[in-house]
This record gives sequence, C-alpha cells and structure tokens, in this order.
Amino acid sequence: MAKKEYAFYPGCSSQSKASASNYLTSVNAMCDKLDVTITEIPDWNCCGASIGYAEGGELPRLALSARNFALAETHLPGKQMVATCAACWLAQREVKERLDHSEVLLKETNEALAAAGLKYQGTTPIRHMVEVLIEDLGYDALKQPVVKPLEGIKFAGYVGCQTNRPFGIAGESFENPVYLDKLVETIGGEAVPYDQKVTCCGGALAFSEPDKSQKQIRDIVESAYDHGAEMIVTPCPLCQANVEIYQSEINKKQGTQFKMPVLYYSQLMTVAYGGSGKDAGLDGQLIKATKLEEIAKK
Amino acid sequence: MTTANQTAIAKYKNSFLREVEANVEEGHWVRMCMQCGVCAGSCPLGNAWAHPPQELFMMIRAGKREEVLASDSMWMCTSCYNCIVRCPRKLPITHIMHGLANYAHRLGLAPKGQPTRETATLFWNNLIKKGRVNELTFSLALYFKDGFVQGIKNALNMQAVGLGLVKAKRLNPMEILGGHAVKDQAGFKAMIAKARELEDRKKGFAK
Amino acid sequence: MNAPATPKFAAYLCSGCGIGDKLDVPTLEKIAQKEGKMAVVKSHPFLCNAEGVQMIKDDIANDGVTHLCIAACSRRAKAEAFGFPEAAVSRANLREGVIWVVAEGSEHDEVRQEMAEDYVRMGCAEVKKMKVPGGNVKEASSKRILVVGGGMSGMTAALAAAEAGYEVALVEKSGALGGFASNLWKRVPFAAPYKDAQPTGAAELAARVSANPKIKVHLNSTVTETAGAPGRFAVKIAQLSGQTAGSVAEELCGSIVQATGFTTYDIAKLPELGGGQANVVDQAGLEALAKAADGGPIKRADGKEVKSVVFVQCAGQRDTTGQHLPYCSGHCCATSIKQATYFKDRNPDIDTVVMYQDLRVPGMGEDFYRSAQDKGVVFTKGKASKVTGGDGCKVDFKDLILNEDASISADLVVLATGQVPNAGVNLDEWTATVTAAESGDEAAKLKKGELQKISVLNLDYRQGPDMPQFKYGFADSHFICFPYETRRTGIYAAGPTRRPMDMLQATEDATGAALKAIQAVENVEKGRAAHPRAWDLSFPSARLEGCTQCKRCTVECPFGAIDEDEKRFPKFNEERCRRCGTCMGACPVRVISFENYSCDTVGMQIKAVNIPDEFEEKPRILILACENDAYPALDMAGIQRLSYSAFVRAIPVRCLGSVNTIWITDALNSGYDGVMMMGCKKGDDYQCHFVKGSEMAFYRMSKIDDTLKQLGLETERVQTLEVAITDNARVVKLINEYVDQIKEIGLSPMKGFG
Repeated sequence: MAKKEYAFYPGCSSQSKASASNYLTSVNAMCDKLDVTITEIPDWNCCGASIGYAEGGELPRLALSARNFALAETHLPGKQMVATCAACWLAQREVKERLDHSEVLLKETNEALAAAGLKYQGTTPIRHMVEVLIEDLGYDALKQPVVKPLEGIKFAGYVGCQTNRPFGIAGESFENPVYLDKLVETIGGEAVPYDQKVTCCGGALAFSEPDKSQKQIRDIVESAYDHGAEMIVTPCPLCQANVEIYQSEINKKQGTQFKMPVLYYSQLMTVAYGGSGKDAGLDGQLIKATKLEEIAKK
Repeated sequence: MTTANQTAIAKYKNSFLREVEANVEEGHWVRMCMQCGVCAGSCPLGNAWAHPPQELFMMIRAGKREEVLASDSMWMCTSCYNCIVRCPRKLPITHIMHGLANYAHRLGLAPKGQPTRETATLFWNNLIKKGRVNELTFSLALYFKDGFVQGIKNALNMQAVGLGLVKAKRLNPMEILGGHAVKDQAGFKAMIAKARELEDRKKGFAK
Repeated sequence: MNAPATPKFAAYLCSGCGIGDKLDVPTLEKIAQKEGKMAVVKSHPFLCNAEGVQMIKDDIANDGVTHLCIAACSRRAKAEAFGFPEAAVSRANLREGVIWVVAEGSEHDEVRQEMAEDYVRMGCAEVKKMKVPGGNVKEASSKRILVVGGGMSGMTAALAAAEAGYEVALVEKSGALGGFASNLWKRVPFAAPYKDAQPTGAAELAARVSANPKIKVHLNSTVTETAGAPGRFAVKIAQLSGQTAGSVAEELCGSIVQATGFTTYDIAKLPELGGGQANVVDQAGLEALAKAADGGPIKRADGKEVKSVVFVQCAGQRDTTGQHLPYCSGHCCATSIKQATYFKDRNPDIDTVVMYQDLRVPGMGEDFYRSAQDKGVVFTKGKASKVTGGDGCKVDFKDLILNEDASISADLVVLATGQVPNAGVNLDEWTATVTAAESGDEAAKLKKGELQKISVLNLDYRQGPDMPQFKYGFADSHFICFPYETRRTGIYAAGPTRRPMDMLQATEDATGAALKAIQAVENVEKGRAAHPRAWDLSFPSARLEGCTQCKRCTVECPFGAIDEDEKRFPKFNEERCRRCGTCMGACPVRVISFENYSCDTVGMQIKAVNIPDEFEEKPRILILACENDAYPALDMAGIQRLSYSAFVRAIPVRCLGSVNTIWITDALNSGYDGVMMMGCKKGDDYQCHFVKGSEMAFYRMSKIDDTLKQLGLETERVQTLEVAITDNARVVKLINEYVDQIKEIGLSPMKGFG
C-alpha cells in the first residue's frame, strides 16, 4: 500500500492528558498499522468549536481556523489537513467554505492573519480521519490488517451530528449514515440497528443546560441497550466524552443503571489490528470496555 | 455616550429585517424563509424554544426587535445542524441562530445570566488566552461563575467525574499552572484583536 | 354499407388459454348450432392467431358470413384480431367471464359448463339482433373552427388550429385582440429562470393572429346564433357598431372553442377589505397603475408615489361564509408576487408585503417566489380582517405564525380578488325560466330575454343556449378523465372560463382545446362518434310511428343531442351524439335503438339464458355492467383469478343510463332471481363517462319498487351499485354476498312462467 501522509490537526481535546487523549493514542496506533503518517501542524490553535460564536462573533472565529490552514500551508505544503475531532473538522470546513465563497470575508480574514504574519491561500483541503479511512484507503484496505476480528461484540454506531451534518461524509444519508456500521463490520464486529444513530447528544449545552443535554444522552444510551448493543462507538470526541461521562450523573439523578462503554472507532480498529489495550487507549475509559480488553489480551 | 444599541435603532429605524441582514451572521437569509416549520420540528430541543427559528424569522420580518434580541430561544441551539440539512429553502439556520445570539449578546440585550451565554463567554475567553482550551481552568471557571460557595458545591458534585478523568489521564491537574498553549502568543493575540476590530467597525460596535 | 341481402350467422369457439381443458367445447358447439341457430360453427385451438383469424376472414369473404359470435375471451381482449368491420360481431366471454372466475375443482365442473353454455346462447342471441353500423349520414361538413374570445386563450387556440392547417373564425367582443392580458404591465415568468416578470407578448400574439391568412377575425362582434351540430354549425356573428347592431355575418363551422375568459370579482363587494375606498385597488387596478407608470415610479390615483404596499391574498376567495367566492383562483399568489417585484425591481427600498394564508404558486412558481424573497419582498402569513383606505392605509390582520392580532400601514393596498367565469347562461336557471315563460309568466318572459343577452353561444339547442355549467358557474368540463370534453359535443371550453387558471395554464389549455376541436371535425367527416366511443359508427334511430312525444329522450340526453322537430317528435343530431344510449334507456315505448345496440340485442340475451327450475336450487343473477368501469373490473377479477359465483350472467352495457327498465322486468318475468346493475360513481364528483347516465339509472331504478311489488317480488331483487374500475376485489365480494342474500330470500317464484 502506498504510504499516505497528512497534516494533522488534533484539536484541544486530543492533546496529552486532555479529555480525548485516548482518541489521540488510538489514532496514532491505528495510523501506524495502516502506514498512514500524520504530522502535527506546528503551533495550531483552537478552532473555536460550536460554542465560540456567542462571544467570538464571525470574523475572530474565521481567523482562528484560517490561521490553522495558513500554518499547514506554510509548514506542510502539499499535504491535506486531517482532523480527528468532529467539531474541529466542521469548524475548519465551514470557514473554508465561507472564505472560498466570499471575497469580502477572505480579504478581512487575511487582514487579521497579517497581524500574525500569515496568509490564507485556500490550497489545503480539510478532511476528517473517517474520510481518510473510507475514501483514501477503502474498506478492503481497512480489512486487510485485521488479526483479531471483534467477533461477538455488538456495537451501536453513534454517528451524532457534526461528522454528519451539514456536510457529512460524501454519499451518506443525513438521516441514516451507514459508514460507521460498515467500519464495525469490516473489523468483524456486529453493528446493531437502533433509532438514535444521529440524535444530538446536546454536548454543546452539557455545561449550561445539563438537564436538556442529559435527556438526549439518556435517549441514546437507552436505545442502544434496547437494541442489544454492548458498546457505543463514535467518531466524535464531544459525543464520546458527553455520552460516557454523564451516564453516572443520569444514574444518580434518574435511578438508571447505565454502564455502556463508549469508544472511538480508532480504538476498535487498533484492537482488531492486534494492538494492546494500552495502544488503543482502553485505559482511558471511565466505563471499562471489558469485552474489548479481553480480545486485546488474546 | 451612545450605545451600540441606540446607534443601531437610530440607523435602521423601523426595519429590523434590514438591521439583521446587515449585522447578523448569515442574516441576509432571513427573507428566504417560507414558514414551513420543518426547522421547529427537527430541533432536538424544539420544546425548549419559546420561538422556534421559523417564528423568529417571522418576528424579524414583523419588526419585533426587542422580543427577538431579548429571547433566550436561539441560546437553545445545540449546533446539531438538523435544521440546516432539512430546510427546503437551504437556509443556514444554525448559523443564523448563532449570529442572532452573538448580536444580542454584543448589544447587551441577551438575557442576563443566560447559562449558555455565560458559558460561551467563559469558553471564548479561555481559548483566546492561550490559543488552546484549558479544560481544567474552563471547568473551574464554570463551577465558580456563580460565586465561591456555589463553586465548591459544584466542584464537589462533579468530583467523582473529575477524579475519574484524572485517573484515566484525560484531565491534568497540572493544567492549573498554564497548560497547553500556542507558541506565537503575540501573533495570535494581534490576529484576534484585528479580527475583532474589523468586525466591530463593520457591525456598528466600534467605540 | 352494402350488406348482403341475406344474413348468414356463424359461431367461432376458441379452445385456447385453457378453455378447452375446463369446458366441454363440443357441447358448446352443439348449443351454438341447435339453440343458437348458427349456420356455421367452428372451433379452433388458438382462434386469435393468424390462422384462426384467417379462417374467419375466409368465411366472410367466401362463404357469405355476415354475423359472427366469437366465443373466446372478453370483448376487451383481442379487439384488433377480432375486429371485422364488414361484419356484425358479438363476443361470448368464456375466458375472463367463466374459466378464470369459477372456482377450481371438478365439483364446479357442472356450473362452470352451464355458465359457458349460457354465454354461448347469449352471444348467438345478441348477434342475431345486430346490424353492421352504416356510419353517420353527413348533411354538410365544415372543418372550419370557430373560436369565441380573442384573449390569450382564444388567440392561442386560433393559431394552434390555423398552424395545423384549419380555417378559423375568431370572434372578439371588444375592438381589439388581447383580452385581459393587454391590460397587464407584465406577466408572471413562464420561461427559465423564472425570476423576473416578463412582457405579456399579447400584442405580438395579436399581430400573428391578424397576419395569419387562415384566421378570419371578427372584432366588435358577438355570436347571435349557433345552430346545427359538429361539422355543420351555422353561426351568426353580429358586428356591433356603436350602440346599434351592425352587419351579421354567417359562418359554417365544424367545431367551436369557447375561450371567453373571466371577469374580476367585484371589489365593491368587499367593503370590509376597503373595497371602494381610496388607495385600495384590486390586482387589475394595480396593473393599470403600473401601465400608467410605464417603468417609472408607481403612483397612486392622487399622484403620490407609492413607498409601501401590502398585497392581501384570497380577498373574497376561499370564502366559507357563503358571501364570496368559495374557490381559489390559482393565479393570484403568483400575480401578487409579480406585482410586488414591479416595486422592488425599480426601488428595493419600497416596502412590499404579501399577506397570505397559503402561498400557492403552481408550476415553476416556487422559483419566482424565491426570487421575490431574494429581492426583499416580505411574506407574512396572516389573514386580513379589515382594510382601511385613505391617505395612510391600514391592514388589520391575524398573524397566523405568531398567533396574534397585528396591523401594518401602507400607501397602497392591493386586494387579490378572484376570477369569475364568463360562461354565459346557467342552464338550470334557463330551463326554469323557459318553463315558467311557456306557462304564461310575464316576468319569466322578460327574464328569458335578459338571459339571452348574456349568452355566449346562443345555441339553438332544446336544452338551452350555452354549455352546461360545472361547479361555481364555470363552463362544463369532464375534468376527471377528459379535461377538454364537455356535454356539448364539438364545443370545447378553454382558459379561465373552464376553471380558474393563470396565463400559462390558459395558453396550454387553449392548445388542448384546439386539438379536441380538430379531432371533432375529423370524426364528423368519418361519421364517427366522439370520445369515449370514438370508433363507433352506430347512431341512434327512432321509430317515430311508435313515439308518444313524452320528451324524455330530449330532456335526459346528457349532450343535448336531441332537439324537437316542428311536429314535436325527437330530432336526432347524430354529430352531437356520444352513443351512450341514455335516450334508449329513457324511452318508455322502446322506439330508440342503435344498429348494434338495442333493446333487442340485450333483451334477447336475457331471454337466451337457460333458467333451471327452482328444485335445482341454482339461482340466476343478471349483471348489467357498465362497459367503461364495472365490466373491466369484472374482467380484472378474472385476470387475478378471483372467484365469484357461477350463478351470475353478466352483460356489458354502454352506460347504466342506457338500461331500459324493460330489461329488468323481462329478467324478473323469466325467472331470474336477482338483478345487479353496476355503474360509475354519480353525483358532484361523478365518474360516469357520459356525465349523467349513471345518475339517471339510479333515478329510474328508484322507481322500480312499485313494479316489483306488482310482480309480488322483494325489492332486494334489484340492486343498483357504483363500481369503479379499480374495484376488482370489491366486485367479487359484492357478487358473492348478493348470491348469499338471494339464497336467503329464496328463489324467484316466477320461474317457469317466462
């Protein structure tokens, strides 16, 4: 397989000892197995995420993502930018769409970037890691390195919002994207059908409107249980953190007994490709994915 | 001294629609709404909105400036983008909601103490301080936003989660000492300041 | 037709498609020969193939066969293979009607065979009474097409007909072509990208009409008399000069397109919406202001430039109070959008609000709507309750999204009022007036004169001077299946006189009507009927020596085909006739018949059925099924192999309206245990292909109870049912339930007396 190289934008949560550090660990291991090289963009900054709008407004937010593009264009020319975080990918992509379609905003943004000695050229596309996997490598290539198929584990593929809307993965339906289920099946797991695949977890309002957000989480986890899932798998760090962390809160407040592990696709793939539990960042789970750990130990 | 709000009222007189078109992110789309209500029905938090997007658009056209800008409806947006993908007229509803919230916030008309408004402000301030979000200081700031005593209570409430994350190496207590940051602090801050200056000039917030 | 002097009858039986396996064909042959009295009887294993058909052709050519009964599949199948125009042909339906619907198994062999034998007897009996239709006798034939109305619809129809090679006479009441369109500043876009109002093109169209050598234009003219029938309409066209009647021209025309358009609903009837007050106009009024502005700023009557305007949709339309128009006129939303862009295109700062309840923009109107939104036209979903005119107008309304009362002020308010059809005289009103006038009522005599003045066509028809009107006074059309058909053969309505519509729809409509008008003159020349029996060369004839002048035929004919002659006998205008047979069904003395369809062709079938005596416990039920819907539904039940009782005997009829009560009494007298009549849906949303036939049948049968009582029979023995073409499963259920019901009542006591 030809070696693939990308400019990597990890985002704030995928840093060491940040809330999605286990995502970062497993992505590194997975890319290793797939012979994909990801080089971190030097000195990248936060994308502003979903909630940045209220204080940040439009132009400062555009500047944030534009700076990341400019850094990638300068330091890693010719490489496509890949993000693992759904919100980072979406923010970068939105900004790119806006700048590529508005001369006024492009001019103003570059005026701001000039203050940092940078310029947005618009030459670097932004991809999500999932796009790299299924479009650049393809399901066949993703199947080849499988040494420990995840047989006997039922997964609820939780796509959520931001890798799905408004852009989504090319060719997928907004209402029923199937790429995550196909990924699970490619590595030998079973994807259960359930009805909350694209429901919003309310992550953006987790702090400010906890009751509303937790109702969303409850619906998702409950449906996964009802349809026989043993674990939830997701491509989004905000979904992962939100759905995993607040299960104990919901149990406390509502008397449920949720204990559903929530994992990243990259953790599943690392295990299926023969990586250890540590390689896959399984030690980073608040709710342990015991069955997956057992396969990793085999 | 005239406030930005007074300036805007004087400038746009009785046309709130024109004000929104000029000053709100993606506001020029408001005129294109055809009042079908798919956005309202698609929102995961639909019940929490006193005025769903469809109604906000109608109110903007009807010139209900105070009611719209003081509403907490658009603060209910979870950024799930369901409304965008389902809108038959392809209005970027999520962005318009964000834009309205930002505009109301900047004019000082957004509801006081609105939790998402406060959280969002803390988040932004946290991220522009170092260029990257400091999850620990952001959480602590949130816990203590309503005062010291409430802060201790909040922190204790979430203690189990916090400790769990620390144990799982997903939260670093040492971040209190600084944590992740961009190296080009000066350039980063100059860029944000410039962007803010340009936007303020354009949208009538320039001092 | 020069039919041979001596008729020769032949029966051809097919044993293909499983008929030979399920039925005893040699016995059927014997029945055709002995009981059916057929001179030639042949069977063939594949009658519809080239060899089978050639066998029949040879017999016609070489053996003098003139009448044939084909016992094979349904008459609806293999119509081309078994179409022998030189012979009279009946069909016995052994496939769809017997072997496909009688339950499987040897225990049903006997009843299945009996059913087939009866159908062979019926086919032979029918053909004996049939004649080869000779085609219509043409008195004169004109292919010229009369178009009444010189607006967009009329001009389009005239050009379409002329460009297809037909002479056209175009009558326009006013002094110029163009109609309503010539009063418009611009029209709603009708070509991509559907973004901006476009020039109407009315003047260019008028120029093309005037320049076309095949079109003779009569301006300032009205039609003062239309006599005759398709192919020979004698039309008097009077030219008005000032107040006095001028010259009268006479045109012989083959068919007519009525494109008389609409009048706007009178704004004065809407005082609550400011009708009659200053600066409140209707859409036509706004067009006048826009035309006067000629591209400059639009000004009100008082000369003040309009800086804000509100369009109130559905003004006096979609009304549920009974005071105004109950319907939606279809074009007005797009028209208001267009008028709002008159303002916006010139000056985006002018406030334009379209206040709608449901924005309805057919066709590509959504693109135009989007374009107007993009131009800054504000759309408010609301219902206006009060409009106040004057220097500063005010619209009070209920906001239907925010659910609250609100008001807007504006310099000008435009009311989107609806279209009122110019369809001439309401025939119900006409008939009542004429009846009163004939009995000497002086007021009625005056009113008759007034009505005559508003008539469009002044038809010299017994049933009145104009086309019958459909809902809300629009000119008739059979909208369900055939949008351009009317109850006046050869006369076609087009444009807003037929139903509310916009200009694009009207011009498309006009093209369709022109094609129908062409079809009508071509059919007349071939002596054929019009839709839906367009191939039919038969026509009704009456044995006048037996006629009692009861007038039922003239009154009940749905198409006004029958007038009365000087001696008050029915006078058939064959070219107006649709061959439905409603006159035949109406005639109490049975003097009306068609060559291939008559009281005898059906009556003899009814009598040909072998009625078992009551001890055999085999009831016989007669089904008279409309050939348009019910009979196909029965066939389809067979195609789907749904089983129904083998005790029924089905006879297709042209329309339930053609059913003469004699058939019912004959059937009951001969010992049938029940009669099922199956016709199309009647009423306002009728599906009858002849509009009123089904309704007439229900009406007539409602009076049959007395007859039944005289015979000492239960009223349940005659059933009249509505059956749609899609009712194949339901029809099976209806039959089986009815057979059970009859068994419960008991067999008819009339058996053996027939």
